[in-house]
Parts: sequence; C-alpha cells; structure tokens
Amino acid sequence: MSRAAARRLSALVGKESRQILRDPSSIAIAFVLPAILLFIFGYGVSLDAEGVPVAVVVEQPSPQADSLAAAFAGSPSFDPVYPLHRTPAQRLLRLGEVRAVVVVPASFEADLARGDAAVQVLLDGTDANTARIVSGYADGVLSGWLADLARERGARTAPVIEAESRIWFNPAVRSRNFLIPGLVAIVMTLTGALLTSLLVAREYDRGTIETLMATPAGVGEILAGKVVPTFLLGMASMGLSVAMAVWLFDVPLRGSFLVLAGASALFLTAALGLGLVISAATKDQFVAGQLAILVTFLPAFLLSGFIFNIDAMPPAIQAVSHLVAARYFIAIAQTVFLVGTEWSVILPNAAALAVMGVAFLGLARALLVKRLG
Amino acid sequence: MSGAGLVLDGLTRRFGAAVALDGLSVRIADGGIVGLVGPDGAGKSTLMRLVAGLLRPDAGRVTLDGRDCATEAEALRTAIAYMPQSRGLWTDLSVIENLRLIADLRGVPAGERSARIERMLDSTGLAPFRDRLAGRLSGGMAQKAALACALIRPPRLVLLDEPSVGVDPISRRELWALVRELAGDGVPVLWSTAYLDEAERCDRVLLLDRGRLIGDGAPGDFTGALEDRCLRLTVARDRRLSAQARAARDPALVDAVLRGGHLDLVLAEDAPAPDAAALAPDDPQARIEPRAPRFEDAFVAALAAARRPAAPASSPAPSDDGPPRAGAPRPAARERDGGEALAVDRLVKRFGDFTAVDGVSFSVGRGEIFGLIGPNGAGKSTIFKMLCGLLPPSDGAARVAGIALRDSPAAARGRIGYMAQAFSLYGRLSVRRNLDFFAGAYGLPRAEARRRRDRALAEFGLAEVAGSRAGALPPGYRQRLSLAAALMHDPEILFLDEPTSGVDPPTRREFWLRIAAMADRGVTVMVTTHFLDEADYCDRLAVIYRGRLLALETPDALKAGAATAERPEPDVEDAFVALIEESDRRAAGGRSAA
Repeated sequence: MSRAAARRLSALVGKESRQILRDPSSIAIAFVLPAILLFIFGYGVSLDAEGVPVAVVVEQPSPQADSLAAAFAGSPSFDPVYPLHRTPAQRLLRLGEVRAVVVVPASFEADLARGDAAVQVLLDGTDANTARIVSGYADGVLSGWLADLARERGARTAPVIEAESRIWFNPAVRSRNFLIPGLVAIVMTLTGALLTSLLVAREYDRGTIETLMATPAGVGEILAGKVVPTFLLGMASMGLSVAMAVWLFDVPLRGSFLVLAGASALFLTAALGLGLVISAATKDQFVAGQLAILVTFLPAFLLSGFIFNIDAMPPAIQAVSHLVAARYFIAIAQTVFLVGTEWSVILPNAAALAVMGVAFLGLARALLVKRLG
Repeated sequence: MSGAGLVLDGLTRRFGAAVALDGLSVRIADGGIVGLVGPDGAGKSTLMRLVAGLLRPDAGRVTLDGRDCATEAEALRTAIAYMPQSRGLWTDLSVIENLRLIADLRGVPAGERSARIERMLDSTGLAPFRDRLAGRLSGGMAQKAALACALIRPPRLVLLDEPSVGVDPISRRELWALVRELAGDGVPVLWSTAYLDEAERCDRVLLLDRGRLIGDGAPGDFTGALEDRCLRLTVARDRRLSAQARAARDPALVDAVLRGGHLDLVLAEDAPAPDAAALAPDDPQARIEPRAPRFEDAFVAALAAARRPAAPASSPAPSDDGPPRAGAPRPAARERDGGEALAVDRLVKRFGDFTAVDGVSFSVGRGEIFGLIGPNGAGKSTIFKMLCGLLPPSDGAARVAGIALRDSPAAARGRIGYMAQAFSLYGRLSVRRNLDFFAGAYGLPRAEARRRRDRALAEFGLAEVAGSRAGALPPGYRQRLSLAAALMHDPEILFLDEPTSGVDPPTRREFWLRIAAMADRGVTVMVTTHFLDEADYCDRLAVIYRGRLLALETPDALKAGAATAERPEPDVEDAFVALIEESDRRAAGGRSAA
C-alpha cells in the first residue's frame, strides 16, 4: 500500500468512526439493543416449566391421596390449586387458568393397596411444547412420590427398571444457558448487518457518494473505511453480550474466550459483508434497513438453531439454513460456552464462516463500482 | 493529441430510452467561468458527471489535456475539482473535519494541509464556524464550505453543478467572487445554473437544450444579437393578460412575458415590430417602446429557435380569446376593487431573546401580487407563517381576509391557500388522490369536491397524468399540482413560499402567467422568492432584512431608487443589494458612533 493510500484509508476510518460515534442510533444498535434483547431472553423468555399452574383433584381424601397431592405443591415445577371436584377443575383447564388437571380417583387408596393404582392427567395441548414438558414433569413427580413410598415401606416392590438419566453440559436444564450464547449471534448480526447496510446507503441518500467517488480513494479503501470501525463496534457489542451472559445470567463459559472471540470475528466479517452487499445493491437507507432485517436478522432468529432445532426442520428448510451464517456461529458459541473448546465442532463451522465472509466482501466490492448509473 | 483544455467530441449519453446528451462537441481551453445554462433535463448534470468520470459515455469522448475522462478517470481525479448538486458535505462532520477528510483523500501534501485549509477558511469567511457541523450551516455557508472542499487541492478544471440553488442573492454574489478568487488563473470553471441572471456574469455561456448545444458565446453576444428585437408594451393592468394572449399567437413574436406593469416582447428574426393597437385594441393608452435585451430574452429566443419544428415550449396554449383559463375561477370572479385583503400592524415575533420579526406593518389590496424578498433568515418565512395562522405573533395585529388573526386563526386559515417551498404532497398517491385528499381536508362536500377536482385537472393540464404517482412527476407538473391543491377550496388569498425554487425558466414563466391570471380574478397573491428577476412580476415588493421592513415599493420605483451614475439601469437584484448594503452600513455606523 502506498503512503497516499494509507493516508486515505486512515482518513476514511477516522471519518466513519466519528460518524458512528456521533450517531446515537448506531450506539443504540450496538449497545442498547443487545442489552434489551439479553434482558428479555435472560429474564423474560424461558423454555423451562416453572410454577406451572395445575389443578389437583382428590376425589376421596385419604392419607396416600393427600400425600400425593402435596407432592405437587412440593415441586418447583408446579403451582397447584385444589378444586374439590373434577368439573370445576376441567373448567379451569378450559379457561386456560391451569395447564393440566391431575385427578386422584376415589379408588386410589384401594387400588394402591392392590398394586394397581392410576392417576389421570389431563393436559392442555394448545401449546404442545408446554404440554410435553408438563407431562414429563408430572411423571417425575409421580415416580418420585412412588419411590418415596417404597422407601418408606422398606418394601422391594419398587418399579422394575429405573432409567438413571444424567444431563450433561446443562445439568440444571436451564434454557437460558443455550439461548444466551445464541443471542450473542443475533446481537452481532444486528450490529454487523444492520449498521453496515445503512452506511453505504447513507452516502447515496445524502449525495456524498459523489464526493467520495470524485476523489482518488478506491472502492476497496471506501469499503475498508466502513468495515474497520463497524467491526470494532461489533466486537465491543459482542464483549458486552458475553460479559452480561457470564456475570449477569451465570451462563458458564467452559471453553476459551479467545476461541469465542476468534469465531466472533469471523462471523462478524460475514455479517458485515452481507450488510455491505445489501447496502451497495439497494443504495437507499430505508430499503437497506428493511432488507437487512429480512435477510439477516429474521433468518438468524428462526433458521440458525437459536430457538428451533435445525434437525427437526423439513429438509428444504434445512438446506436453506446452510446459507445462514448465524447457524455456524451459534453451533460454535453453544459449544464453547457449554461444552468447551471442542475443535471438531469449531473448525468446520469456522471454515464455513470464513468462506461466507470472503464471498460477501468480494460481492460488495464487485457491486460498488466507482461510477453512477 | 486532441489538444489542451477540456474537449468534448460527439459526446452522447443515454439513460434507457431517454437521451441525456446528444452528440455534444465543444472545446474549453481558457480559464474563466463557463456557464452551463439550460432547462431541467437539458443534460447539465450528466455532462458534469461525464467530465468527472462518474459516468461513461455511450458514444464520443471527453478529454482533459488529451487524457480520456472515462478511461483515465482515476488519474484525473486530483486534477478535477467537482462539487455535486447535492453539495456532498458530510452533515455530521464539522467544517474542518470535512476539509481535512477531503484534503487527505485528494492527496494534498501533508505539510501543506493545514496552511491550505486555513487559506480556504479565511477566504470563505468560515473560520469562525470551523467547528460547526456542516448540517448546521445556512444554505449559503454550506455552499461555500462545499466549494472550499472541492478546491482544497489546486485543480486543473473546476466543475460546479448548480452551486447557487437555494442560496440568497447576497450569498450568491459572495460565491461568485469566491470562485473567481480561488479557481486560480487559467483554470476553467464549468458552472451550471438555472438562474439566467447568473449567466450574464459568466465569461462564456454554453446553452443546452435536450442534450444539444444550442448556443455558445459570451453573454454579450447573446444579448447583442437581440439588440433591436426587444420591445416593451405598456398597457393598462386589466388589459395585460388579453394582450399577452394575443402576443403569444402572433408569429412575429417569439416571446411575450409580463413584468411589473409591462409586457416584454421579443421579435422573431427580421419580423416587423407589431402595433400597440393590434395587441391592445381596447386600450388607447397602450404604447410600444424599445428596451434593452436581457439574457433571459436570448435564452427564450434560442430555445424557441431550437424547438421550432417540435411543439412550442411549455407555455400554456393560448385560448381563443382572453387570458388562459388558469387559477381558481369562480362563477362570479372577485373584483379587483382596491379593497383590503390583508393588513399587518407592527407585527412582532420573538423566539427567546431573538427577534425574528421586528414591528413590520403593511397592507395588501385585493387582487394584488405582493412579493416579500430578503436574504435567508431575514424573517420572510416567519411573517408568512404568522399570516397563515401557523405561528402566533408575539405582538402587533394582523387581519387576513377581514378576520383578525388573533381572534380566530382557524377561520382565517379557511380563507387562504398555502403552497409550501418543498413539495409537500403525498408522493406515493396519484395526482387525482392528492386533489381528493385536499378537497376532503378542507371539508368540501363530496359532489363539490369531485367537480373541483375534475376542473383542476383540466385547468392545470394534469388530466393526462391524473393516475400517475405525484412523486414521479417532472418538477413542472409537481409545481402545478401543488398550486392546484392549494386552490381546491377557492381561497381569497394565496401564499406562495419560494414557489419556483428548483424549477426551470420556461416552467417558471408559465407559472407566473397563471398567477397573473388569478390575480386578475381578484385572488390576492403573497409570494416570497429568491429569483430577483422574478420580483418584476410582482405589483409591489416588501424588502425584509433582519426582521425589519427596509422598503415597500413597486419594482420600478425600487429600481429607480438604486440608479447611480455608473449603473443607470439597475435591475431588482442591484436595487436589493444596494438596500441591504446601505442598511449594513447604517448599522455599522450606528455601532461605531455609540
């Protein structure tokens, strides 16, 4: 690089940095938005069932039946109410005030003595996900109670086989632990693509692109001038997200932070590249902003495995998800956070990110010709 | 070698089916300011961009000192200083940051950078504003800053694309002096403009129309050719429109335009002078005298000559008798009875401790065309907003259409029409829907609204574009639509805020013809304008400066007052500048005496 080119580049980087620092919206996108998203996902949204309202109906009080009913109150998963009859309980289910109705039949005590007791569980299937979780938790409460009963009696009439599951990597099965690493990718998609997509388009909107093009600055220099400060901003935003994840939400960071940072850098390059492509193709701030949300943020949300499991998607959608850079980064982030530095996961995904970054930057470079129309 | 200087050789550029430049050949070798003059769509900006290497020609070539501006664009970047129409300043960077950035990008040697920037700041008078964001500069200052950026490295050629749009006359004069000072000796400056009075100040003028060169020479050559062809018809005010319509039909005349109380005529080549009695048969006082040609006359004559085989220029087709049916006709036209349409008495507006309007009084008669002129920030728009009931006065009284503004601004608003400076209609709605909307907004009954909408479409020549999106219309159509919308409720007083900003000269004249026709029907017209040659269209002018009324005169009286030995026939702009300068002198004298 000649000295003149180096001087141009540093002037352009300085210009972009000033513009970013002076524009409250870019700071908001880089720091306020991530914080809000992390708060919402960290505190508000949870895929865990905690304090699920259920109705427990004991048709015929007895020591055993009451003890079982009390077991539901003892579980952190449930927040039971105790109607006296089946009818009001079913009404609560219909109104959506409880997620499940557990009926301990009048014959429970006698059946139990015969070793053939059954409890009816009615589930609200409108939200299938919650229904499955509640069903599982209810089974857990029942088998726990049975085990306690068996221990109490000292009898050897315990269930025949007991599966002894241990959950690795996320022993508390906190959904927060896998949502937040994914959220770091969403946040960086926003800073990377949304911010950059506005940058080039803004030069067109304000007519300053003509000034730029009429100078000796090359397209590569103009693009680099935009990429460098946004990259730094994106990395800062990533740092903020990781710090909040680890210190505020107690998400474990088991792998190396440096590896995470490296993967973030690759991912950010791809996101920036895509933002520049959008910007150079639309040349209009409004359209660029809308398009950036449509083709980067939403896919990162829906098709990256952030919330919805990619393996469960139809094959066509799975194929599309390969074009979503966030997918590769989320795989890396979840692994580095929860499992550790597992190179066999990190390397292929990092390679995919690198390819996408180079492709997008090259495309942006090709789209931005130093000519108007 | 194709030679030194800028050489355009058969330069052609198309955008889709539209031809922007059509085989243009011209050579500019000497320094000085070359005016690029022509109506909208003449190809001025396209030419600038081709020279700047931002567009490629479809045919022909353009070279600077023998180097091709398209293929060697990168090598020529530092030799060509280009200031785009949009100014191209970064509004969120300060003046000095803009200058430093461009200096670095254009490769001003690092050791000379700060000296060069200081020189630019001093020359432009921007030194005190060096740390102000470019977006916070006034129009005139921003234009100077953009010029300083373009010229930060001494160029071989300067391209300025409509540098004086939206700049008040005083700042415009400063800009001219600045370009002459900074461009450097022997450096050609290509200056495109829609202000015809500016063309007169150029060293050489290139007249463009529809991508073709239709005139090339010194401004004096253009006006000199018309020396014996320019006449003035003095006619009674209520006969001027019918005289104008007759003149427009006369093949011996290429132009007839209303200015002040007169009708200015341009004869076709070798045509005999018409008879005053033929143009105004019912006015025995009418008389025709010769007058000095203006550049505008030459421009219109050249356009007419270039377009002769095609349809006539965009002036409205004259109807069979009487004036063109423009404006807001009502069944019984209001009479121009000398009654009062509007009066302000010691009007004051303060914003905090800043007094924007400082005790202004005047009254306007019914059917009068009343112009408010003054530099940017003089208080014109504030007066306008108060009269439209959009801003409450701090002190003083105003009566609009007989209604005291202080008591019932809403009632007064119903009697006025307002056409804003910026296009303020709905760009995504069709022309028809826009008119429907305004009819609805003024609360017209449905049947009446439809009737007026259809009438407006016909009268303003909008029927053919009724279904088009308003935002996609050419400027002339948009302006007519704005006017039609402001007139939907048949107002008694029409307020026009910079109505002709950014509109080309032929469209501007057509617009003024409509305004004159409306005034004849008794509609009072209040107007602000930057085009001081247009101030001639007004019956009376109020010169506003620093919130005060400097003068209230007819255009002729204003000009006569500014006549001096070295300038026996000043135009309105000369008179205006003289008034402002005198006021500044008095203010300075007052300060030094105190």
